Amino acid sequence: MNENGNGTSVMERSQGVVLRSLGWLAGTELLDRVGLRKAVERVVFQGTKGGFRTATVAGRAFKATQKLGKPARQAAGKPRSLFDVTPDEEQQMFQEAVRDFAEAKVRPAAQAADAERETPAELLAQTSELGVNMLGIPEELGGVMTEQAATTSALVGEALAHGDMGIAYAALAPGAVATAIGRWGSAEQEATYLPAFAGEDAPAAALALLEPRPLFDPLSLETKARRDGSDWVLDGVKSLVARATECELFLVAADAEGVGPALFVVEPGGEGLSVRDEPAMGLRPAATGRLLLEGVRLPGEALLGEGRREDYVDCVQRARIAWSSLAVGAAQAVLDYVIPYVNERTAFGEPISNRQAVAFGVSDIGIESSGMRLAVYRAASRADQGKDFHREAALARKLCAAKGMEIGSEGVQLLGGHGFVKEHPVERWYRDLRAAGVMEGALLV
Amino acid sequence: MINLEIPKKFKPLATQANQVATEIFRPISRKYDDAEHTYPKELDMLASLMEGLEEGSDMGGAGAAGVRRDADGEAPEGNRNGSNLSTVLGIVELCWGDVGLLLSMPRQGLGNSAIASVAGEEQLERYGGKWAAMAITEPEAGSDSAAIRTTAKLDGDEYVLNGEKIFVTSGDRADLIVVWASLDPSKGRAAIKSFIVERDNPGLKLDRLEHKLGIRASDTANFTLQDCRVPKEALLGNPEIDTKQGFGGAMQTFDNTRPLVAAMAVGVARAALERTRDLLAEAGVEIDYAVPALNQPAAVSRFLEMEADWEAARLLTMQAAWMADNSKPNSLQASMAKAKAGRTCVDVTLGCVELCGAAGYGEDELLEKWARDSKILDIFEGTQQIQLLIVARQLLGKSSAELR
Repeated sequence: MNENGNGTSVMERSQGVVLRSLGWLAGTELLDRVGLRKAVERVVFQGTKGGFRTATVAGRAFKATQKLGKPARQAAGKPRSLFDVTPDEEQQMFQEAVRDFAEAKVRPAAQAADAERETPAELLAQTSELGVNMLGIPEELGGVMTEQAATTSALVGEALAHGDMGIAYAALAPGAVATAIGRWGSAEQEATYLPAFAGEDAPAAALALLEPRPLFDPLSLETKARRDGSDWVLDGVKSLVARATECELFLVAADAEGVGPALFVVEPGGEGLSVRDEPAMGLRPAATGRLLLEGVRLPGEALLGEGRREDYVDCVQRARIAWSSLAVGAAQAVLDYVIPYVNERTAFGEPISNRQAVAFGVSDIGIESSGMRLAVYRAASRADQGKDFHREAALARKLCAAKGMEIGSEGVQLLGGHGFVKEHPVERWYRDLRAAGVMEGALLV
Repeated sequence: MINLEIPKKFKPLATQANQVATEIFRPISRKYDDAEHTYPKELDMLASLMEGLEEGSDMGGAGAAGVRRDADGEAPEGNRNGSNLSTVLGIVELCWGDVGLLLSMPRQGLGNSAIASVAGEEQLERYGGKWAAMAITEPEAGSDSAAIRTTAKLDGDEYVLNGEKIFVTSGDRADLIVVWASLDPSKGRAAIKSFIVERDNPGLKLDRLEHKLGIRASDTANFTLQDCRVPKEALLGNPEIDTKQGFGGAMQTFDNTRPLVAAMAVGVARAALERTRDLLAEAGVEIDYAVPALNQPAAVSRFLEMEADWEAARLLTMQAAWMADNSKPNSLQASMAKAKAGRTCVDVTLGCVELCGAAGYGEDELLEKWARDSKILDIFEGTQQIQLLIVARQLLGKSSAELR
């Protein structure tokens, strides 16, 4: 079975053969002569669309090294009384470290990572060393933050995505799993998985919510988890999972029988769990893939935490803040790039920025990206203070999805034909920024 | 420590302003929209009441009072939430009630802002407690305020003003008019100064009151100044023509008042959003913030889009005011806030009329009125285009000669 529900087809089995012969086949005039080209093209398309799936391979063995009486949790911050747009000292420290790193290491690597659909391992390791994936791990389990750090996470996401949004996705995806376990996991789950995320050589991991269909709603999932005795059996497809083939741990969202939408801890290597490559318009450094679950059997304790609906909704909204924060960083990157360009580019004897039609485009990028940033900060800061933040997260997402896309488009437009070619990064930001309105789950603040 | 909520200490003020809006503005909102040019006498008592409230606190009041930076210009220690922010919050609430009535509030005119912002001690004493309107625009000089043709000539101890002024908000009702005039039209912007003219000055002739699309509760006057004599002391600020400082002095007022106009737009837009939310709920359409917008009715999707824009406008406005409170240069952010709030207010109020259909378009509701009131907020105190110019010049590092 593949994810479309078809039985194993001749096409699937013969994929390798088809591929090997593609080059030869396409070049032959034979097809045209016998009028078969259309049919063959269709078959080849279906074949590649369906497959090159590989079974997942078991990663490291996660083992609880300590016993917690009850789940360890980061405390909510104290309610703040004054309006303030300035990050605190600790946040500034993170922000500056990540900003410098993004400028020095991430941006220079971005174009190649996009082309090769791979973020260099060294870059991922260096990002991890900055501690950015430990922000949601409680102190008892090796974390660095005593209090909830949604705002810090948003600042980090923004700063890293200023370097590159796709690399930011690749680098921050494991942190989402750690944060989810640290926020909603049971004592046993925390003790089993979190120490690995807090240590050196943190595992590649992914929080998989999204499913590949129009009008996807994370609250009504097609991935199902049915009970079988004390076990869970999962069926479904998850989309645009960062570094899917390399993950050593997944958190998979499924509609659980008698529970509703919830997260499950899924270790790779099990029967029925496979991945296949899923290249997309953007976020290419994250080597996105599809996760296919076909009768994946999990023990009863694989349900994350208590499977409460409010935890799941919380997760959905925190992910929206996270993606919005990435959009803010990428939008700022567009602004910072187009300013010198339009000032230096001349047409009709003067810089094109002397024209209002061009200059106002820059103004709008500045205005809307500033608004996006404040909306994200507000949602994140409310989350840290233990206030209800779902409205604010939804508004931040709506804003960042719409304006992020506009900014991506305007960035290319301002460079004209030069914006359309890969010599400049604006076409990449155009592709990446569209993701802010598409992605669900995957990252967390 | 990032926190973008309304500060706790200003909540009583916001509540108070909201009560005024609910109890006083809303009930007479339609009445003075219909009866254009009739003075809303209900405001007299309210103005006294509010001045009493302002005196007793350091909150700066809820109206368009002046905004003064600390004289020593030093940034205060730590994070400060002061009168700029509280004023913005108060204005949002009052304009949620009725922006036309707020603009008609005695002694809360833009002229008062100018006086409070740049007047010397003597002038403050002399003109304090009076209602001051602002006269900048001329038939041939709108956004290009450096092109004004009204002149001021020194004659002994008096200046003699000649020219024509239009679009003077509260011009008929105010006690004073702050008039922009040039000491020497050949010297450009630097020669433009503002002068305080008493409303009963015989040289100041009221030509007519405008009939308008919106903010009809507020009177908008056109004047002719004919050999209008004012004492030398009526000049606000420095009488020297300092070509180095250029236009900065005169324009300084705007950095402070733009967030206030942005706040007006935020208040009007909120009124429309709230009423529309209620009407949609009555029609069986509820907004769900967890379900993606596109999985909900089109009306919800549109509503969320407008609410998201409104949130951005509101936060930009609060940020600009907060920066002023903390003595951070905020010219860029003030213009960003004004641009975003101005266009958002128009889009939101018109969008709400559409969402509510005939109920929104008809006069049974105030939605159609808010959609008329909103347009001026994207025009006065610098049009959308002027704000975009200011933002662009700052971002691109361009002079007004390069980017015109």
